[in-house]
Amino acid sequence: MNRITETRALNSTVTLMKVEAPDVAKRAKAGQFIILRVDDKGERIPLTVADTDPATGEVTIMFQVAGATTRLLSMMKAGDFLADFVGPLGQPTHYEGAKKVCVVGGGVGCAIAYPQAKTLHKMGIPVDVVAGFKSKDIVILEDEFTAACDNLYITTDDGTYGIPGFVTTQLEKLINEGKGYDLVIAIGPIPMMKFVSAVTKKYGIKTIVSLNPVMIDGTGMCGGCRVTVGGETKFACVDGPDFDGHLVDYDGLMKRNSFYKEVEKAKDEHVCRIGLGGKHNG
Amino acid sequence: MANMIATKTPMPEQEPQIRNKNFKEVAIGYTKEMAVEEAKRCLNCKHKPCVSGCPVNVRIPEFLAKVAEEKFEEAYQIILSTNRLPAVCGRVCPQETQCESKCVRGIKGESVGIGRIERFVADYAREQGFSSGDKPASNGHRVAVVGSGPAGLTCAGELAAKGYEVTVFEALHVAGGVLSYGIPEFRLPKAIVKTEVDNLIKLGVDLKTDYIVGRTITVDEVFEEGYEAVFIGSGAGLPSFMNIPGENLLGVYSANEYLTRTNLMHAYDEEYMTPIYHGNSVAVVGGGNVAMDAARCAKRLGAENVYIVYRRSMEELPARAEEVHHAQEEGIIFKLLNNPVAIHGDENGHVKAIECVEMELGEPDASGRRRPIEKKGSNFEIPVDAVIMSIGTSPNPLIKNTTPGIEVNRKGCLVCTEDAATTREGVYAGGDAVTGAATVILAMGAGKTAAASIDEYIQNKAK
Repeated sequence: MNRITETRALNSTVTLMKVEAPDVAKRAKAGQFIILRVDDKGERIPLTVADTDPATGEVTIMFQVAGATTRLLSMMKAGDFLADFVGPLGQPTHYEGAKKVCVVGGGVGCAIAYPQAKTLHKMGIPVDVVAGFKSKDIVILEDEFTAACDNLYITTDDGTYGIPGFVTTQLEKLINEGKGYDLVIAIGPIPMMKFVSAVTKKYGIKTIVSLNPVMIDGTGMCGGCRVTVGGETKFACVDGPDFDGHLVDYDGLMKRNSFYKEVEKAKDEHVCRIGLGGKHNG
Repeated sequence: MANMIATKTPMPEQEPQIRNKNFKEVAIGYTKEMAVEEAKRCLNCKHKPCVSGCPVNVRIPEFLAKVAEEKFEEAYQIILSTNRLPAVCGRVCPQETQCESKCVRGIKGESVGIGRIERFVADYAREQGFSSGDKPASNGHRVAVVGSGPAGLTCAGELAAKGYEVTVFEALHVAGGVLSYGIPEFRLPKAIVKTEVDNLIKLGVDLKTDYIVGRTITVDEVFEEGYEAVFIGSGAGLPSFMNIPGENLLGVYSANEYLTRTNLMHAYDEEYMTPIYHGNSVAVVGGGNVAMDAARCAKRLGAENVYIVYRRSMEELPARAEEVHHAQEEGIIFKLLNNPVAIHGDENGHVKAIECVEMELGEPDASGRRRPIEKKGSNFEIPVDAVIMSIGTSPNPLIKNTTPGIEVNRKGCLVCTEDAATTREGVYAGGDAVTGAATVILAMGAGKTAAASIDEYIQNKAK
């Protein structure tokens, strides 16, 4: 059992949560993730490690309510316990040789992009961040990003805040301005990673994407998270979750991620009704 | 006077057409009377051939004699002295190739139902609350065990009984390894696995779940924390795929994923959150026990047609005869001498058929089995909406990749001496991590051997 020490709403659907997990906090590096289970009947879901504090033994995760499990998770309060919290899983991100990096985050993906920017900044590698959101009211982590990069460019699809338009447009503009990025790290919805990779491919800039397939164990024993990269089958939980953005079969990934949509919807509606009754007894 | 009836006392079972719709245990188990009657079939041979057929050398005629006398608690203690997981072994051991294959009664009739009686004794002990032993006084030495499958649990139990302070590190949220995620509820109820694990905890074993050696902690750090020896029983959990077109289509599972969702995550139970695809026609590729388990789960999850697709013939099926028989009774269809060459999908990327080619058997190959050869142009399709790949597993490379000084062979299996020592001092290993996918009881035998070696290693060092 792992105790929740803090929960904070970052916007109407994204929650930041700190969990006591000293062994994970001691070892987790940017790019790695954890698997958690809310309660004894819960499913195992992967979430990226957004931050760690080895001194207090806390691990920060950020999640968006997207279905039954994240809805249950969003009902948990500081002092409650999670049934399971295991990690760190996956390979840490490799930055070897990077001289100037642009980290591109989309929506809740910014929560996963944040530790990347922070790590690079700490390593003294120049890093810009392009963070894209649909609209002003869902902008998250602005202060955190400001402290963790050289230049922050916030875009909104509807132009209600920052630069109007998509992250791809802004990224291409920066490339054309001669920023000289030799590495782009893109994290967000699958279409966004796909389009960012299409832009960087044009300019021959190495691109890392962090994939988010369906996972169960997260330790390489089932292959539920398999993705096609450069024509080969890879297990995202052990070979990834980072992959070369120019080699990923995004359409295949999108299809696989929609496999359980119907069941998930039914389970979420079930949880919604529990929610109406008040507290969920995890 | 011995019971001289030539055949085993039959085992009561759920009817095939009822049990293939539920996850309750297929074999219901002996009553007290049945167990006593069957135990009386033992002739108490002087040379005890059955004992040599058991990888952990259970004192079989002795415990059977106690059962015949209705002294069940004494029978239980005799079993426990060499086997700490009797409720598991009595259910999943292939007794027909082990203890029961050596039974003298088997020469002119059926061997004594040793497994069934062992199971009865363990179940009766649990119901009656017989003590499985208390925590002995500590000998001050600490040993770490990686993995809580049959090998790790056995090793931990043996060492704890000798007074070692044992910590078991388990990556998943439940202990048991394949006993929990792999073997289905209808063959091995999870409550029984839990009881056996709880008995080890009472013996003083400290169980740390959600703890991945190689990620959460490394073997080097385990030593730094003061453990004097490490046993690696991390199994062979990495699934193989065939590398044929269509394997990433929706509805294609590894048997590990299908069984983990079903057994560990209870996907068959509406109350639990983990989803599973309920196929209507399901092809299971492979012929081992895991394939039988997956096929029988698919049937219970509501599939109308379930096919076992296997490239050799009935004779070469690696699964236990009893499992094959159970599967057939439950309506599983065997497509033998058929090998998949591709999986085809519909416009949504979902499986719609598996394309196979017919095979014929040629000369025996290196494994001694006749080599299957493709019949050119015999391709045909079986319409299915799910495919489960059950063609084997290999050891997870995580331990090897994070532990300096550990050697593996070209199949990724840890290199060990007969005494279970790896190439690194103080590190021992056993079970599927060493042999590749094998059986529960062989893993237990290896765990036991390793415990003896670890004991000797630490006692010599302490001198």
